[in-house]
Amino acid sequence: MPRKTRSRTSRAVAPSKGGRPWTFYVLATLFALYVAALYGPMLCIYILSFQDVRGGLVFPVKGFSLHWFVELVTQARTGDVKGAFDRSIRLAAVVTVLTVVVSFLAGLAFRRRFPGDRIVFTLMIGSLVAPGLVLGIGVGLLFNAAGLETNWYTSALGAQLSWTLPFGVLVMFAVMSRFEKVWEEAARDLGATRWQTIRLVMIPVLAPGLVAVGLFGFTLSYDEFARTLQTAGALNTLPLEIWSMTLNITSPSLYALGTVTTIVSFVIIVASLGTIAWMQKRRARRQSGS
Amino acid sequence: MTRPTRAQRPAKTPETSGRRRDWLGWLYIAPLVLVLVPFFLAPLLAVVAASVFESDGFGGMTPALDLSNYWQVLTSDLTFNLYWSTAKFTFLTWLFSLIIGFFVAYFLVFHVRNPLLGLGLFLLCTVPFWTSNIIRMISWIPLLGKQGLINEALLKIGLIHEPLEFLLFSSFAVVVAYVHQLTIFMIVPIFNAMGRIDKRVVEAAIDAGASRFDIMRLIIVPLSKSGIALGSIFVVSIVMGDFFVVKVMSGGGSASVVGAFYEDVGVLQYPKAAASAVILTAVLMAAVGLILRTVDIRREITR
Repeated sequence: MPRKTRSRTSRAVAPSKGGRPWTFYVLATLFALYVAALYGPMLCIYILSFQDVRGGLVFPVKGFSLHWFVELVTQARTGDVKGAFDRSIRLAAVVTVLTVVVSFLAGLAFRRRFPGDRIVFTLMIGSLVAPGLVLGIGVGLLFNAAGLETNWYTSALGAQLSWTLPFGVLVMFAVMSRFEKVWEEAARDLGATRWQTIRLVMIPVLAPGLVAVGLFGFTLSYDEFARTLQTAGALNTLPLEIWSMTLNITSPSLYALGTVTTIVSFVIIVASLGTIAWMQKRRARRQSGS
Repeated sequence: MTRPTRAQRPAKTPETSGRRRDWLGWLYIAPLVLVLVPFFLAPLLAVVAASVFESDGFGGMTPALDLSNYWQVLTSDLTFNLYWSTAKFTFLTWLFSLIIGFFVAYFLVFHVRNPLLGLGLFLLCTVPFWTSNIIRMISWIPLLGKQGLINEALLKIGLIHEPLEFLLFSSFAVVVAYVHQLTIFMIVPIFNAMGRIDKRVVEAAIDAGASRFDIMRLIIVPLSKSGIALGSIFVVSIVMGDFFVVKVMSGGGSASVVGAFYEDVGVLQYPKAAASAVILTAVLMAAVGLILRTVDIRREITR
């Protein structure tokens, strides 16, 4: 790992000892501007969502209340936000599990050459690249031709997987490229079966990477719009609900929805990062104990 | 106990073990193929089939081999304009997200001295990715609008006397929203590729008297190629396959290829929509194929 040499290199990039090269200040400024542009607009809508009844879509802020949050869950005119939210979370949970399992297996397969691997790889890149809306329509046409009804947990699930899996596998490639094959060989030399090697060596070592794949899967599904639009059937998922809201509703309850979805995402990230930290701590404890 | 098993293994002929490995590869890849075939390949073929069907104008289709749908799409002036504006948005978004993404990743990998701080700052960039794209897009409205923060601020300090109109519901707003949403897709793969550059190579170059520009040109950029290619694929395919950012942020002033496709579907013109979808997908695949031709992503990532 480059960790050990990093401090030396930083000095090397900045030959004048201790001081920073001019590029540091230029790039630090660029970075700060980027982060400001990244968070600034979103902070605006979080602030605007806490206005009172008189509030509008632009500044200045008028009062402070939770009015628009209450409106979001009670008012019928904002649509079935609660139901859509519920469906999106459940769909995303299923997509996450499937993405982690299938990507992990595909990652294992792609470490070696196998007949037809090029075709599968091309298929995967194609699936990643194909316009979501076109694919969604295609799935809709197929279901129609087969006499099946489109549903958020059938057609939309499949359509979402066609996008989260290529992503998951590519992340898996990056994760696995850091895995030392020596560990695997050591396990095999000690007499472990293929399944034991996977379960006792690969999965524990790759666990943080697998959580990352899961997080990718969750967000991509929770936020998927184009592929779901024509495949969700009669009931909306959350992005579709938000989409229809942007077309009809011009009140801060839209911003309130933004605030709520952000809080949910944060809870999920913190929980995932907590899981990674916990797993690493447990592994460290085990190693020091033995 | 299990040693003998290991000892038996070399006894197998290389041919059998080779075949066994192939078979196992397919066992691992089967779930992926079982999703991609019914939910990518088959739908795509369905769209291709629909593109040569005859439309009755009411959403019904009769199987035929009717190439007039393609003719209709290819000879329309509208198509040219749509591709022109989509290409423009794609190029501008790609350019800005690449420049910002490359230098942000470079800063985090080579300039931040504390690796933990580097990782923290990297996570800071990825957090907004977890918020809904649509919400992130509309979050520009309170800023860019006619009574938005930017206009109000410029009016207050006296730089302008009338609100700037081009900020919102314009091509400018479209590009801003895209760059806001997609730069992360550049940062992550480039950060990952740069993180694996052996710092000793850079040191050796400095010892050999290379200038900062030489290091960038001869070491950093070539070794980040896989990340750049991957990020470019993400950005290009998302922008070309998207329609709602253009629809909302341009205020209806601009259209996109997928937007037009969506309108066609809305009025049940399936065959014509399908023909335009097939053309778009072909263009997109060609663009990505071109990127993949310069970099063997699979080899680079699994290196």
